Amino acid sequence: MKMQWILATALSAALGLPALAQDKVKLVDVVELSGAGATAGTNWKNGIDLAVADINAKGGILGKQIEITHYDTQTNPGNTRAAVQRAIDEGTYAVLGPVFSGPIGASMQIAQRAEIAQFVGGEAANLTMQGNKYLFRTSLSQTAAMPKIAAYLKNTVKAGSVAVVWVNNDFGKGGRDAILPELEKAGIKVAVDVATEQGQADFAADAIKVKNSNADAIFVYLNEEESARFLRAAKQQGVTKPMVGETTLLGSKVIELAGEAANGVKGHVGLSIDAPIPAFQEFGKKFQAKYNYVSDHNGLKGYMAVYMIKWATEKQKTFDKKGVADTLRGATIKPSDEPGIMIETTIEQNGDLDRESFLAEVKDGKQVITATLPKIKP
Amino acid sequence: MTAPATHGAATERRGLALPSSIDGTLVTLVLGAAILWFAPAGMGRYGTYVLSLWLVMSIAVMGLNLTLGYAGLKSLAQAAFMGLGAYATALLTSKLGLNWYAAFAISGLLTFAVGLVLGFPALRVQAHYLAFVTLAFSTLIWLILRNEQWLTGGVFGLSNIPRPSFLSVKLDGALEFHRFVVVVTFILAAALWWMIRSPWGRAFMALRENPVRAASLGVDTRMYTLLAFAIGSAYAGFAGALYAPLVEFIDPSPFSLSQSFFLLLMVVAGGSGYLLGPFIGALLGVVLPEWLRVVGSLYLIVFATIVMLLLIACPQGVSGLIERGWAKLTGKAGGR
Amino acid sequence: MAEFIAYLIAGIATGAIYALAAIGFTLVWQTSQTINFAQGEFVMLPAVLVLLAIKLFGAPIWLGALIGIAAFILIFGAGFKLAVVDPMIKHGVLPLAIATMALSIIMKEGAKDAFSAEAQNFPSFVPTQTISVFGASISLQHLAIIIVAFAVIGLLQWFVGGTRLGRQMQATAQNPTVARILGIPVERMVLLTFVINAALAVVASALISPIYLAKFSNGEVIGLFAFIAAIVGGFNQVRGALVGGLVVGIVDSMAAAYISTSYRLAVPLVLLVVIILLKPEGLMGRKEERRV
Repeated sequence: MKMQWILATALSAALGLPALAQDKVKLVDVVELSGAGATAGTNWKNGIDLAVADINAKGGILGKQIEITHYDTQTNPGNTRAAVQRAIDEGTYAVLGPVFSGPIGASMQIAQRAEIAQFVGGEAANLTMQGNKYLFRTSLSQTAAMPKIAAYLKNTVKAGSVAVVWVNNDFGKGGRDAILPELEKAGIKVAVDVATEQGQADFAADAIKVKNSNADAIFVYLNEEESARFLRAAKQQGVTKPMVGETTLLGSKVIELAGEAANGVKGHVGLSIDAPIPAFQEFGKKFQAKYNYVSDHNGLKGYMAVYMIKWATEKQKTFDKKGVADTLRGATIKPSDEPGIMIETTIEQNGDLDRESFLAEVKDGKQVITATLPKIKP
Repeated sequence: MTAPATHGAATERRGLALPSSIDGTLVTLVLGAAILWFAPAGMGRYGTYVLSLWLVMSIAVMGLNLTLGYAGLKSLAQAAFMGLGAYATALLTSKLGLNWYAAFAISGLLTFAVGLVLGFPALRVQAHYLAFVTLAFSTLIWLILRNEQWLTGGVFGLSNIPRPSFLSVKLDGALEFHRFVVVVTFILAAALWWMIRSPWGRAFMALRENPVRAASLGVDTRMYTLLAFAIGSAYAGFAGALYAPLVEFIDPSPFSLSQSFFLLLMVVAGGSGYLLGPFIGALLGVVLPEWLRVVGSLYLIVFATIVMLLLIACPQGVSGLIERGWAKLTGKAGGR
Repeated sequence: MAEFIAYLIAGIATGAIYALAAIGFTLVWQTSQTINFAQGEFVMLPAVLVLLAIKLFGAPIWLGALIGIAAFILIFGAGFKLAVVDPMIKHGVLPLAIATMALSIIMKEGAKDAFSAEAQNFPSFVPTQTISVFGASISLQHLAIIIVAFAVIGLLQWFVGGTRLGRQMQATAQNPTVARILGIPVERMVLLTFVINAALAVVASALISPIYLAKFSNGEVIGLFAFIAAIVGGFNQVRGALVGGLVVGIVDSMAAAYISTSYRLAVPLVLLVVIILLKPEGLMGRKEERRV
């Protein structure tokens, strides 16, 4: 009988609000540290930690040190919602994360209602189509990237038909739904449409299927490990047609894991530590030194998200929560103003980003940038 | 009441059948509901939300407790049943504009019926085949939720799920909805309390303690096990019907196989076969991560370790521990 | 036809992996009548431990492998039996099965936090070339897995049926009480089974990880498929694991090829339900009497 009392007391004690430090600015990162999103989430978190350490070492934002807290969402929408609500109740200045689109969908209304800016790692197209003025991406959306891929397939690869291999989660499905209409517009036939699972046991059957489709090129849209394993399986099955991908497929993690099978892979790259921009490469080195592995694009996204907040705050010269979102919308951040942003970034009214991006190819185990694509609206 | 734990739960359960201790459980429920009605005062929306989430998960764990704790069956699909309830409610209320109460009832009936259909062939063979069948079912449901985008929203989920209203009171606010959840949880827990006390419930227990003896005493074993499983599954459906409007968004991830495992761990942690066990188990599963924020993602290890240690030291879970401690205290103080 | 053979061979190659992982289910089932829900993690962890030993001590690969493997067999063979199975088995098999679920979480999250959330390459002990069989290609790695799976199961069959120690083990599995009366050191036999299980997990891990990469979450998928394979093949026979593994591997490959890639996982599960309805003891299993 007493149990309930004890529970209630303990609960209220535990859930009560801790006092806010006055001389610090509080940022809460709500991110997938366990569950299906753990890999992406850990990169994102490390990127954020790196940025916070850098900023704090140089005196913080407007003289205030950043106090960062990470809440694990377990890649579960219900918990994500709880964590975002908690972040706001605790007076966070802005919300960072999450990375997966499902949890973003579950939590974005909370930040919107509280009129607090939320910086997410999701790439799914629909996120920025719901008129949420407080949601900001940290990378190009799939709707921005896929037309570039389609043009590349048509003009450079000169493919008449393409096999599409995608991972059946919000990232892969979103990409697949975005590329199909672009391919149709470009007059490219989809030879075969292959769904795969995240953490799938074996890719041999998928590789055989792709090989038998006799497509002119293969568009691979999978997460890092799966990309590497698919490339290996394809090589093993003797698939010789060009493999084309978007950012992840050309990432250093995939190259490391796939080894020789990655050579010859080409495609479009949004954010990459291999991009011919010194700031990116320097970030890559710093990240490697601190965490002892190579960052993927999620690490870069987390890093830049913190700098977006810093830039907006210094621009408005005050810690106005609502102002962060207002300041960022429609703004263009130049590396000359804020070196931490690394590449000129335009934030559109709906929260999408526009930046330069790259065409690249993997040669001898290295990503080589072959061309730089301009911003969509230069 | 003071039976040593190694004897299994049989004697304790007989103890629970005493009128005095039954009332103790009911009084705890009533008191708990009253406290939780007022608890969120000063807790903020986040605290309130976590309390509501805890209660909703408790309902699902309660159902699984009936299946596992009282009938001794391993179901690996409790989260999938919760998913069925959540998607049914979400689709019925947001797409068809059906009243939430009707959707709630349909969710329960649907999961009950599916439970019967699943349990019948499995229990025909042997109790542990239910684990195999529910494992398959759990994964199949997850695949359907994810792949049938036209209906379920696929990997992108369903958003903007409306919250119900009570009479003419809108329950959109965190506090109002929390109170609604408290009432529904209380009704469901009281129903379970009544069920366990009824002749039905006694048959369940007889079954768990010794199926052969129960059968020889004329208990239709298969029918009762099947019913226990189906009712347990219906509770998951009810939990899902509350989960959808609570989170206002659902996608397939909270209804995956690993979540079903997690629910089983919550039953055991709280104390399987105790009416109040699920509340403690869900507390450990849902609220513990919030307490353990210092350790970050390590909380899962902490939770799993707690469960392991409990299983080694006291298979009756936290409830068993409390009971033991209570017995020791009262024993020493001479009845106090 | 060539296409069909390609899918078939791919299925057999994958099936051998499931078979190798599924043996552990049947072994643990036979000695303790319980399901080890951490079996997938048992296969995931040795590779991670080896890499961890290399990373922590800067050891060369052979030493790292030695440390990792010894640590694994000690902790998860003998330790698992002594610390988890022994104290729990007296409460019945249900708590034990649930304890293995908790164990799987601990192993998985532990590997993630102590090692890495990222997949890592694992060196292959077998050359990575591919050879051509009936026009379909198969890698030497997969070939090695098929050979090892058959060899291990053959060895186990011989050991259990043809050696004194093995027969003692089997007697223990079938009826510990009678075995004890006959003077068989029951405890030691059970311990031996668990050590064999851990050693097999090491072998499976060493062969699978170069293909699947070493990652904390690998156990989920391997465990699920091995579990399905064990049920389909028959839980109470070691050779059930082999048959079940191959059947599930081939069915999975065919499903991806001819049914639907997004529902390929459903097909082995439907097979599982059909098996339970028609032949509940599994393809190779023998009927068990109803336990009281």
